[in-house]
Amino acid sequence: MAEDSSRAFTWSCPPLFRDSDRILLAHGGGGRLMQQLLEKLFLPAFANDALERRHDGAVVEVGGLRLAFTTDSYVVRPLVFPGGDIGSLAIHGTVNDLAMCGARPLFLSAGFILEEGLPVATLERVVGSMREAALAAGVALVTGDTKVVDKGKGDGIFINTAGIGLVEASQPIGPRQVRPGDAVILSGDLGAHGIAVLSVREGLEFDAPVESDSAPLWAPVQALIQAGVELHCLRDLTRGGLSAALNEIATAAQLAIRIEEAKVPVREAVRGACELLGLDPLYVACEGRFAAFVPGEQAERAVEVLRRFPVSAAAEIAGRVEEAPAGTVILRSRIGANRVLDLLSGEQLPRIC
Amino acid sequence: MKYVDEYRDEAAAARLAAAVRRLVRRPWTLMEICGGQTHTILKTGLEELLPPEINLVHGPGCPVCVTPLALIDKAVAIAARPEVIFCSFGDMLRVPGSSRSLFDAKAAGADVRILYSPLDALRLAKANPTREVVFFAVGFETTAPANAMAVWQAAREGIANFSILVAHVLVPPAIRAILDSPNCRVQAFLAPGHVCTVMGYEDYEAIARDYRVPIVVTGFEPLDLLEGVRMAVAQLESGRAEVENQYARAVRREGNRRAQELIAEVFEISPRSWRGIGEIASSGLRLRERYRAFDAELRFPITGIEAAESEECIAGAVLQGLKRPYECPAFAVRCTPESPLGAPMVSSEGACAAYYRYGRRQ
Repeated sequence: MAEDSSRAFTWSCPPLFRDSDRILLAHGGGGRLMQQLLEKLFLPAFANDALERRHDGAVVEVGGLRLAFTTDSYVVRPLVFPGGDIGSLAIHGTVNDLAMCGARPLFLSAGFILEEGLPVATLERVVGSMREAALAAGVALVTGDTKVVDKGKGDGIFINTAGIGLVEASQPIGPRQVRPGDAVILSGDLGAHGIAVLSVREGLEFDAPVESDSAPLWAPVQALIQAGVELHCLRDLTRGGLSAALNEIATAAQLAIRIEEAKVPVREAVRGACELLGLDPLYVACEGRFAAFVPGEQAERAVEVLRRFPVSAAAEIAGRVEEAPAGTVILRSRIGANRVLDLLSGEQLPRIC
Repeated sequence: MKYVDEYRDEAAAARLAAAVRRLVRRPWTLMEICGGQTHTILKTGLEELLPPEINLVHGPGCPVCVTPLALIDKAVAIAARPEVIFCSFGDMLRVPGSSRSLFDAKAAGADVRILYSPLDALRLAKANPTREVVFFAVGFETTAPANAMAVWQAAREGIANFSILVAHVLVPPAIRAILDSPNCRVQAFLAPGHVCTVMGYEDYEAIARDYRVPIVVTGFEPLDLLEGVRMAVAQLESGRAEVENQYARAVRREGNRRAQELIAEVFEISPRSWRGIGEIASSGLRLRERYRAFDAELRFPITGIEAAESEECIAGAVLQGLKRPYECPAFAVRCTPESPLGAPMVSSEGACAAYYRYGRRQ
């Protein structure tokens, strides 16, 4: 970029946050407030090309090699939930961000912030599952850091992991590569992670417990690359769920994304829990699911490839990309009528009645 | 999913919409009372299936929206007290008071918790005997039985550190107020299914008779609403004005008598002021004399509340079906869910929030 980077940085004006002079939980919720935080504070503060692509990780060139680089912090209550714990999550989340760059995950760092009084047995369990998850994902944890904070100043364990991967996709992957006519493929059923965590937190019981979908995603992504599928954009469906992912991409690409609600896979127990709590599975977080944008004519083949892997066995073509209305996600509801699928404002809250 | 998919079936929706098209001869304005119904309509894009003669306007059935500003200010003030654990349904937390919402109070250090049931608040009171646990008892007749049960149990078990901040409102007086308004253009009502599950629909029969207006007790799934519209239009086109029950799988004419008895044991009917509408006689509930000890308003006297509504917000007109959200000049410009001027923009049952969230701008 030609801009003078030494120029004094000024906060954007009018005021940063119209609604509140304090950070709210929703600033981390993946919805509109978080977008505002990114756009008004972080992006202007650190402006550069890689950051502005606003993908899950940055792709940088070093000595002729294309490397993907990403970081993520993990705060989850409870630390252990059906189908995983904060340790496996901290590995999966970061290797998946690399996979979404079309990169083979290679090396991770881990930073632990531990709260005084944490049972050592809990830490052992978490580290054990990090070890297993890293082995399964084929990454080595090569550097780390530990800090302990006073009791009451942390929530048991916070983990930050950063990761480096080698880009294997030959074409750039990102929202700007999305084209009209692209198909939107979902790699599997939505919402299981969010509901698994919520069920423990809220003491909900189901006939069959909902297990988190937390899992590494490089294997199916690599298979797509090797099968020669042109990957225009990949996005894991974490915070804010499918809605946040599609809206970010539609906005960045200035295209319209049309989704068919009836084609979005959601398993029965997750749908039931969402109905009960008044939540919408389209906004619930996953930790082992992604959306892939591929040319329409390659969609069937891509789904075929994805279905060979247990983690993406329920892959479906759920929508398509069109020119207009630009920057918009439109949902065709189950009864066959259309409406906008918007970003969530604030957090999803359980309803009154 | 059983008991859900049947009511969202595309082919059945098309059949019901076709039935409405065959019936309709003239333009009609129908009001669905409940905010849950409003959200289903917007969330499924249901109006796209209806003929242009059918005009759906949205009613006052959003408990969060009609809770007076002064009461929210009181809630925020009570929540800010160090001894208080303030409990509420999640919906209420984002609603702006004069200067702050409960979420803002939480961010500033107040102990504010989201619960699913007032009985959880009672458990919290038992587990924290040195704290004062206050539950924000918001809602229509639907939530009244659970709130009554919590107070009844607290009295029976002598749990002195529990109280409720009562903001209960009733549907039938609100329907009468809407019909009495000289600007009223509503010709038929879709009555709120869940309220009628508790209260039955005998009260609505008197309204249908007094005002010669068709009322169809209606459920919350898209096919429920389409069928409710079909039944209402059939009445309008044939000149009938009766109460019909579309939601027969949940609602009986007499309602749930045991729930009604419990409500009557703990609460009595009182005047209530509705945000954006004003005071409506006999339109709310308050604790009976013998349960007054559990009234948070008496336990925590808060003075100096000067509730000031936004001058620009047209929530009152929206809640009475007189205006649509996008007819407000502030809609989606100066009033958004992140920085709302009025409650209908933040509540998950609010009409403005539904229009905003589901992209209905005209």
